[in-house]
Amino acid sequence: MTVVFYIAAAVAIISTLMVITRKNAVHALLYMIVSLFGAAIIFYSIGAPFVAALEIIVYAGAIMVLFVFVVMMLNLGKRAEAQERQWLTPKMWIGPAVLAVILGAEFVYILSTGHVTPSVSTAVEPKEVGLALYTTYLLGVELAGMLLLAGLVGAYHLGKKLR
Amino acid sequence: MAMIPMEHGLMLAGILFSLGMVGLLVRRNLIFMLLSIEIMLNAAGMAFVVAGSRWIQPDGQIMFMFILATAAAEVAVGLALVLQLYDKFKTLDVDAASKMRG
Repeated sequence: MTVVFYIAAAVAIISTLMVITRKNAVHALLYMIVSLFGAAIIFYSIGAPFVAALEIIVYAGAIMVLFVFVVMMLNLGKRAEAQERQWLTPKMWIGPAVLAVILGAEFVYILSTGHVTPSVSTAVEPKEVGLALYTTYLLGVELAGMLLLAGLVGAYHLGKKLR
Repeated sequence: MAMIPMEHGLMLAGILFSLGMVGLLVRRNLIFMLLSIEIMLNAAGMAFVVAGSRWIQPDGQIMFMFILATAAAEVAVGLALVLQLYDKFKTLDVDAASKMRG
């Protein structure tokens, strides 16, 4: 599991470096998603499987998709088609693809080793997290809920004035 | 006893955080600045998870979840602001919005 950690760490650092140096927002988003996958494998390898799942579902699945939607919205117009063609050149997707294949190989390796929960003695199970979340940190959960509600209302209000 | 030393995990979180901060300071495109903020939030959360796994306590993961909620709310409002700004200035350059009125 140690090797898995270091390879995933290297992938995360390289892809994050690519995120902040890309010129095109969609290229940067692709690298960002790979970076988040790397972070998920890191979380898994240090014994936090629940957070690894959340990282993929919430960060890569929801937040990054929101980014992609907005980038696509901003690029509507006559340039959009030419840009689409430019985005799909092999030179552009080969980088994220290679990094993602490395992470995929690690994922297959983890599955093939057979322990579905990482390095049994050090893992913090989802059950413990859930128990602590809804007892010790109950107030924090409610505050987070209020924050999300405020974010929802704020985003709705700001988006409505657009038309 | 964790197999991976905590220092390495914290070092990784530090590197990712610095990369995010460099991106935030260098880039002038609003989308990239928001992405850099996401990188920094994620790195901060990673530091919590690493510390939590060092002492095998769930608290670090719970802090990560709170950071996740903050990031989600921040990005929703931030992207709505980006859309507003693009509507107004027809560019994503933050320097276009450097003059405030009212």
